[in-house]
Amino acid sequence: MTPATLIVLALVIPTAVALLLPLFASRANLRETVTLIGAVLLLVVVLMLLPLVLAGERPALDVWMVVPGLTIAFKVEPLGMLFAIIASGLWIANSVYSIGYMRAEKAHRQTLFYFCFAVAIAATMGIALSGNLFTLFLFYELLTVSTYPLVTHRGTVEARNAGRLYLLMLLGASTILLLPALGWTWVAAETLDFRPGGILGGVVSNTALGVLLALYVFGTAKAAVMPLHFWLPAAMVAPTPVSALLHAVAVVKAGVFTILKVIVYTFGVETLAAAGTGDWLVYVAGVTVIVASAIALRQDNLKRRLAFSTISQLSYVVLGAALFTPLAVLGAALHIAAHAVSKITLFFAAGSIHIGAHVDDISRMKGVGRRQPWTMGAFAVASLSMIGVPPTAGFLGKWFILLAAVGIGQWFAVGVIVISTLLNAGYFLPIVYRAFSKVDGARPSLAEAPWPMVAPLVVTAILTVAMFVWPEIPYQLAEMLSESLTTAPAGG
Amino acid sequence: MSEHLPALQVVVPLFGALLAALVRRPWPAWLITVVVSIAVLVISAMLLVRVLDEGVISYHLGGWDPTIGIEYRVDIVNALILLLVSAVAAVIAPFARLSVLSEVPEDRIGWFYSMYLVALAGLLGIAITGDAFNAFVFLEVSSLSSYALIAMGRDRRALVAAYQYLIMGTIGATFYVIGVGLLYTMTGTLNLGLIADRLADVESTRSVLVALAFIFVGISLKLALFPLHYWLPNAYAYAPSVATVFLAATATKVAIYLFARFVFSVFGAGFVFADLPVTPVLVTLSVAAIFGAATVAVFQSDVKRMFAYSSVGQIGYITLGLALATVTGLTGGLVHLLNHAIIKAAIFMGLGAVFFRVGGIEFKDIAGIGRRMPITMSAIGIACLSLIGVPGTAGFVSKWYLIVASIEVGWWWLGFLIVLSSMLTVLYVGRFFECVWFREPSPEAATATEPPFEMLVPICLLAAATVYFGIDTELTAGMAQRAATALLEGLR
Repeated sequence: MTPATLIVLALVIPTAVALLLPLFASRANLRETVTLIGAVLLLVVVLMLLPLVLAGERPALDVWMVVPGLTIAFKVEPLGMLFAIIASGLWIANSVYSIGYMRAEKAHRQTLFYFCFAVAIAATMGIALSGNLFTLFLFYELLTVSTYPLVTHRGTVEARNAGRLYLLMLLGASTILLLPALGWTWVAAETLDFRPGGILGGVVSNTALGVLLALYVFGTAKAAVMPLHFWLPAAMVAPTPVSALLHAVAVVKAGVFTILKVIVYTFGVETLAAAGTGDWLVYVAGVTVIVASAIALRQDNLKRRLAFSTISQLSYVVLGAALFTPLAVLGAALHIAAHAVSKITLFFAAGSIHIGAHVDDISRMKGVGRRQPWTMGAFAVASLSMIGVPPTAGFLGKWFILLAAVGIGQWFAVGVIVISTLLNAGYFLPIVYRAFSKVDGARPSLAEAPWPMVAPLVVTAILTVAMFVWPEIPYQLAEMLSESLTTAPAGG
Repeated sequence: MSEHLPALQVVVPLFGALLAALVRRPWPAWLITVVVSIAVLVISAMLLVRVLDEGVISYHLGGWDPTIGIEYRVDIVNALILLLVSAVAAVIAPFARLSVLSEVPEDRIGWFYSMYLVALAGLLGIAITGDAFNAFVFLEVSSLSSYALIAMGRDRRALVAAYQYLIMGTIGATFYVIGVGLLYTMTGTLNLGLIADRLADVESTRSVLVALAFIFVGISLKLALFPLHYWLPNAYAYAPSVATVFLAATATKVAIYLFARFVFSVFGAGFVFADLPVTPVLVTLSVAAIFGAATVAVFQSDVKRMFAYSSVGQIGYITLGLALATVTGLTGGLVHLLNHAIIKAAIFMGLGAVFFRVGGIEFKDIAGIGRRMPITMSAIGIACLSLIGVPGTAGFVSKWYLIVASIEVGWWWLGFLIVLSSMLTVLYVGRFFECVWFREPSPEAATATEPPFEMLVPICLLAAATVYFGIDTELTAGMAQRAATALLEGLR
């Protein structure tokens, strides 16, 4: 198969799954089989692209020019490759988990749920493999629209309000800020392509670079950089598999992925580092990291605490991107991968506790770990990764960002990383401690959630450790990304 | 035969109207409408092809020379408008039979189709004629028949709405004809091309300025430019569904065409926009329309009225594009003229189907209808996404042109206002979505079913078109750009 075919397949498979699902609406087992087969096929296709990218190829495909300036085009580069592998790989785990969760909850309208989910995955693939800003923007908006029915899936007043906030903030920011940024970029650079070294060097003033960066960063509300983070905790009203894959992996990662990609391929890190007008981003990201962690400390609802932790962790990636050095970009890319596998584990665990022990509040989780040892064991591993303790994946990204910050003497960033590590420990370890502490009275019996829920979260927990022990693939991709920054001519 | 196509474009629907009035019976009258609609579509398509091949078509009615007779003049600009009007008519035709049968008293159905065809002839006439007074005649032909169409609405308020429209429309037509009279006294001709030639000598006289003012205000009333839009919401809300679809998609659009024809081809962009302070006036009114109408739309209780106010706002985008008077801006205005016609036709036709099943179109009537009529509601939903301007839909293409045009002339604030206004669209569309999909069904809605096949197909066709023209823009943006260039070049 040619690389172009593979790119097409990566988009067609989840779309085909979405279109097939309504046919099997009344036959749940068949419907779930379709999703699972699709998920596996997608991972296979994405992995077939990997050797090409590692060999230095950049498979590209120009599909269609809508109007001059707006071309639908794809180009697989290391960062997008990494994101595609994570999203498609975790879709398998999440599909298995969803089956267990949705059946245990006896949720209504499951076909619509799986349909929107598959569309969201297709959109995520589009984002990951996009070859220019317009294509990225197109799928970015599709992702917002396709996940809205998932956020409002419960249909309650709370869900509707969350959906309203979700749509208004994400669509609002991308329309009001991101779209004009695209227009400006097009008028200034006469291209929207992603090119190593960026396209904006030398075509706009330094002040304009700073303003454009602000438009891109705040326009990408999916990255939940403060003050555009409110939608994420509200979206936790969605069923847990949605929170797990979409609001810990696909949607929010699409956000930080966009910021990272724009900084690397649209601005060019050297352009930004030389201009000096983008330095404010470090402070915005740093404040988000600390404040979100501080808020997380005070949350009793587990999913809300995880949501604020996500906001904080996302801004690590933004912080890494904002240092404008190759090493920090490497760290940021690794952190996208590391946070994905860890945070999905944590959400899986939260859902497993919800189904197994019927509690959502941390204050009532005493002894849960003794009843659900697998769930809480995985939770503990993922927590360590959140804090950044070796041998877990979370350590890798943080370490490189820290090195980069020290390297250029950005002491504010160093301080943020150190303090937030303490805060992370402060809000994760008590949960683990409480869950494994003894309950008075009778010895509790085992009460794990159904196996389709427990198995995926154990697997992702293992992945969290495995990524530390065998980091080759993500590391190679991240390294290729960071090398392309220094070898490419600046100014495009 | 084929050299008489321009005359046939108007004569065929006029003759059809006569036939429909003679037969009177609902079923044959409808059949005549179908045949005529298809015939005018074929004629306009052939005209467009000929214009593209051979350039401007000049047809002398009755063989009289343009200096004393009437010239029909088809260039790329009005060929496009003719195609739009006749294509909308062709899509409405199959939908009309059941909708009209259920909304118009049986003894008036023949008259309804007769008036409908007269309105069609009038609109095509305005678009095709190259004669200022002939345009006035067709303006009156289309207006008088529109009043009758609106007055046939089931709701008694339709009478008041028609009366309002009659008063305002008559004032508009009077203003227009006064302006034309003044031009005639100054140039001694009614032919648009000859007026344009002879205006150069008398351009700065007070009479010409007054003529411009009268024509500006007169046509602005017909195209419902804020604050002269007062007649539109009621007229759209209380007219029979078929009349609403037709008028919303075509009537204001043809008036905008006439406006552009006078401003760019007759008076000339240099005179109107460079020598006179028209740009700030038109931009202010357009922005006021966009924001004012969208704000009012949010608070409507009648869904048709809500989308009628939305039309007033969307017209603001079109006039904004004209006001920018650059190729990009004018392209944006014209492409939005086409796109908005399709979008609103889809929405109003969908609402017509709902009215057909539920018998009411207030928010309380259509609560929860989404579950009962999922295909219709999804089609409206897609059209609404296009109305918002989500990338991948037709609405985005228009918005992109307008934003880029604003940035190109250095008015970044205007680009910002454009994107900001789409958020108001999100508000009222969101309100509609929530009502339709999340509210408990009303008693009428609970038993509703999808409309019959012959209504559903045109709705889905239009909804698909709003997506199709977001991807393949050859026929919309491509043609609009050529039309914009032609308009800016002048008539001869």
